[in-house]
Amino acid sequence: MGEIMKIAGPLVVADDMRGCEMYEVIKVGEEGLLGETIRLDGDLAYIQVYEDTAGLKPGEPVIKTGSPLSVELGPGLLKNFYDGVQRPLEAIKAKVGDYIKRGVYVEALDRAKRWKFTAKAEEGREIEGGDILGTVQETKVIEHRIMVPPGVKGKLIELKEGEFTVAECIGRVETDTGEVELKMMQSWPVRKGRPYKEKLDPDVPLLTGQRINDTFFPIAKGGTGAIPGGFGTGKTVMQHQLARWADSQVIVYIGCGERGNEMTEVLEDFPKLIDPHTGETLMERSTLIANTSNMPVAAREASIYTGITIAEYYRDMGYDVAIQADSTSRWAEALREISGRLEEMPGEEGYPAYLAARLSDFYERAGRVRTLCSPQEDRIGSVTVVGAVSPPGGDFSEPVTQNTLRVVGDFWALDSSLADRRHFPAISWLRSYSLYIGYLRDWFTKFGAPDFMEQREEMMSLLQKEAELQEIVQLVGADALPPRERCTLEVARMIREDFLQQNAYHEVDSYCTLEKQYLMAKVILQWYDNAKEAIERGIAMEKVELMRIKDAIARMKYIKNEEFRAKYEDIMRDMKEEFEALMKQGSGS
Amino acid sequence: MAVDISAREYTTIKEAAGPLIVVEGVEGVSYGEVVKVVTPEGEEKTGQVLEASRGLAVVQVFEGTSGIDTSRTRVRFTGDIMRISVAQDMVGRFFDGLGNPRDGGPEVIAEERLPIIGAAINPTARDYPREFIQTGISTIDGMNTLVRGQKLPIFSGAGMPHNALAAQIARQAKVLTTGEPFSVVFAAMGITHEEASFFIRDFERTGAIERIVAFINLADDPAIERVITPRMALTTAEFLAYEYDMHILVILTDMTNYCEALREISAAREEVPGRRGYPGYMYTDLSTIYERAGRIRGRKGSITQIPILSMPDDDITHPIPDLTGYITEGQFVLSRDLHRRGIYPPVDVLPSLSRLMDEGIGPGRTREDHAGVSNQLYAGYAEGRDMRDLVAVVGEEALTSRDKKYLEFADVFEKRFVTQGKNEERSIEETLDIGWDLLATLPEGELKRIDEHIIKKYHPKYRKRA
Repeated sequence: MGEIMKIAGPLVVADDMRGCEMYEVIKVGEEGLLGETIRLDGDLAYIQVYEDTAGLKPGEPVIKTGSPLSVELGPGLLKNFYDGVQRPLEAIKAKVGDYIKRGVYVEALDRAKRWKFTAKAEEGREIEGGDILGTVQETKVIEHRIMVPPGVKGKLIELKEGEFTVAECIGRVETDTGEVELKMMQSWPVRKGRPYKEKLDPDVPLLTGQRINDTFFPIAKGGTGAIPGGFGTGKTVMQHQLARWADSQVIVYIGCGERGNEMTEVLEDFPKLIDPHTGETLMERSTLIANTSNMPVAAREASIYTGITIAEYYRDMGYDVAIQADSTSRWAEALREISGRLEEMPGEEGYPAYLAARLSDFYERAGRVRTLCSPQEDRIGSVTVVGAVSPPGGDFSEPVTQNTLRVVGDFWALDSSLADRRHFPAISWLRSYSLYIGYLRDWFTKFGAPDFMEQREEMMSLLQKEAELQEIVQLVGADALPPRERCTLEVARMIREDFLQQNAYHEVDSYCTLEKQYLMAKVILQWYDNAKEAIERGIAMEKVELMRIKDAIARMKYIKNEEFRAKYEDIMRDMKEEFEALMKQGSGS
Repeated sequence: MAVDISAREYTTIKEAAGPLIVVEGVEGVSYGEVVKVVTPEGEEKTGQVLEASRGLAVVQVFEGTSGIDTSRTRVRFTGDIMRISVAQDMVGRFFDGLGNPRDGGPEVIAEERLPIIGAAINPTARDYPREFIQTGISTIDGMNTLVRGQKLPIFSGAGMPHNALAAQIARQAKVLTTGEPFSVVFAAMGITHEEASFFIRDFERTGAIERIVAFINLADDPAIERVITPRMALTTAEFLAYEYDMHILVILTDMTNYCEALREISAAREEVPGRRGYPGYMYTDLSTIYERAGRIRGRKGSITQIPILSMPDDDITHPIPDLTGYITEGQFVLSRDLHRRGIYPPVDVLPSLSRLMDEGIGPGRTREDHAGVSNQLYAGYAEGRDMRDLVAVVGEEALTSRDKKYLEFADVFEKRFVTQGKNEERSIEETLDIGWDLLATLPEGELKRIDEHIIKKYHPKYRKRA
């Protein structure tokens, strides 16, 4: 036991702490506030405290717990709402009221709740870490697979069945070192990735129902993506959309240093939103972690690790898990604030020199993997990480954005000039990229359409061409361009407004199936082919610009996914007829 | 107030530098504790412990360190954290930046003494803000709707009419369903005498003074006091909102001065500076102010915040507006260009934003066409502004007829929609109808952001026929 020597903000220095480990959990002061060691120096331990430190005095006791910061893993994680160090916020509210008070300790998993456990493994079998013992129906849509904790290996000598709490013994294993009791709950240190057998190539896309993401810059299951953008460019809406619509089975949503009302929105929306994949609400497959900007800064630092450890746990069961971290910049700022209090030598813009290393450690925990388990159970699971980045002043050259870009596979750059003109999602088609295209090409060709990739490339090159033409237009005006170029400008405008723009708040447009995306693109490119032909035959561009079919194209996005195939045929037919009429009229005059 | 027996007094100031003093030989000092400092002349100052170590305390003195010496100045540790006495009687009163009466009236008889550092609201206890507030200003109501419990700052610059706009909002704001006015908690940090008296006169003239609590730290008042003033105001606001079910509008002006005070303290402590010398924890610090806006489930009152800040050199990427924008739920941006052209209020709708708008508008709240009209006006105005830039280069002749329509649209939009009188109060229906009149100048095929059945119902062309 040591005692407090100095308090400065979230940092407490204690002495008589020899024997303490790095990242060990410490109880600080009379109230036993939760903290973690982040530097050791002789007898001194520097502790970051996860709660408000006002009122602490030098001389108060400091107690070592001997264990690193860990999360509890077991049934009850889903539909729950935690702070950055996995304290359940609903239970805290029930205990102390509307404001978060410090020194309140509530267990992450409810110890009183009984879950119905169905045994799957046979007694007498040799088992090892990751093997499935049995299942619990955790929510309406997720079957929680109770696994042998990593590192345990031996003969299963007993496995019970029935209703248990997470802390009760459900079975026993005879290992080389003695008998081990099995429970439904296990615990895992947050700063250490959970083990797996092998990482697989990212060759299956995570479909999001967002046209610019799926068609232009797709992300793979097990991939990583960054959404950088200044304030008001729609990072959070983008994150919400990905959480709502992406075809992952489990969602971990981390609100890291963001607005309180945004978390409230998630909390109100998720239990109401019907998930198209399961027909139940989104909350049935989500865990939320909220450490809002005004909650203790050290817990903000821990929140992304808490989130990814929970995600890895569901991955190990064989699920595809998506993490939305909003925003990693706030996490980096927490790191900077604590580094500043430690008086460490600052790197770029005051961030600690280890910022890049920490960021890549975090993103590398994503991946599609063959999970840990005995060979006959072979499973594949994935963790996909999408992190929002909030660069100061919207300037992407700052350290957090730059260091993130070095490790992620998808870059969805939000552009404030697009947001200003209410082009949403405000993802810049010229600056963004996806490194997964090469891996995903086969999938799209096979399960999308044979010419899916060609269409994508044609649209992207039209937009590229538009950007070049715009420079000329800025100088000489659009009228000075030859009709062919004006036609390119027109189709590029269609791609931007009628394809890329997608209204997250519109009942129908919010989610677009891959088939609809493909057909929409087909219509636009068909229009372009016809228009080029008309112009070559001498039809005036003004006439082409005034075609009625353009209204139908503009309203395609509001046609229901399931009705689209039929409407597509109508649009294609109307378009053909209108062009034919135009040409007849043109050649007649 | 109970006398604290643990209060200890020392005369052992080791060092005084800028706003800080370092006291040695102290015992049992707690982090965040309030300190009373008495100078040899008998002047009493208030301070707060910033760093507590064994035998040593670093204290920030709100009134500045002038008059403090290292031998005779007495420092008394009160054993308590910073608190303010609050009571319902505070409504209609004026206080200084530390909460002492400034209007010559008596001390407040405390109903409660509350800590000024508010605890974070549990996100599960929050109620999502979705009640439309009608401010009577078209650019706000129509395109950047304010809702009860929101925090929406005004980003302004030196010499622009942000005070007039804030006063107009305070005067006209009401919730449409009940029509009840807001009570105002006004916190001024480092504003000039003229600015303060502008607000006071405006409040007096309109009778708003009856429902206002003001905390005023003027430009010549101690700078360090400014880090306390907004917290005093917000604690009072929370008390009135949650104990007396009042709807409070908190106006904080000027947040730039608050941030400068924060920087001064940080520099005096020799901390590693972040961007432009502001401390690395400024985001967290600002969030503990802004995040105190909101609504709590099961409680009737609400706190809506309108912080005002002047952007140094009109630079929206400066750390103060930048960090503010990341915390608040949108922003109103005032434009010098519009102001120069005599347009009031000079709200530039393009960079302005209200993040909570979608929930606060639509059928049952405003009108079903609100979202569509707002989006279409944005798109049209943005396009028109692009045309203006283009005309500057190629001349108006080079534009197509479609482009010319947009160019005109931008002008009419500024003239009819943005411009309004300082006392002109437009209802939301009036605002939306003006919007439709403007949209009717564009070809109907261009109105892509509005659903067809809405166009059929509200477009002036069809309305006249009906």
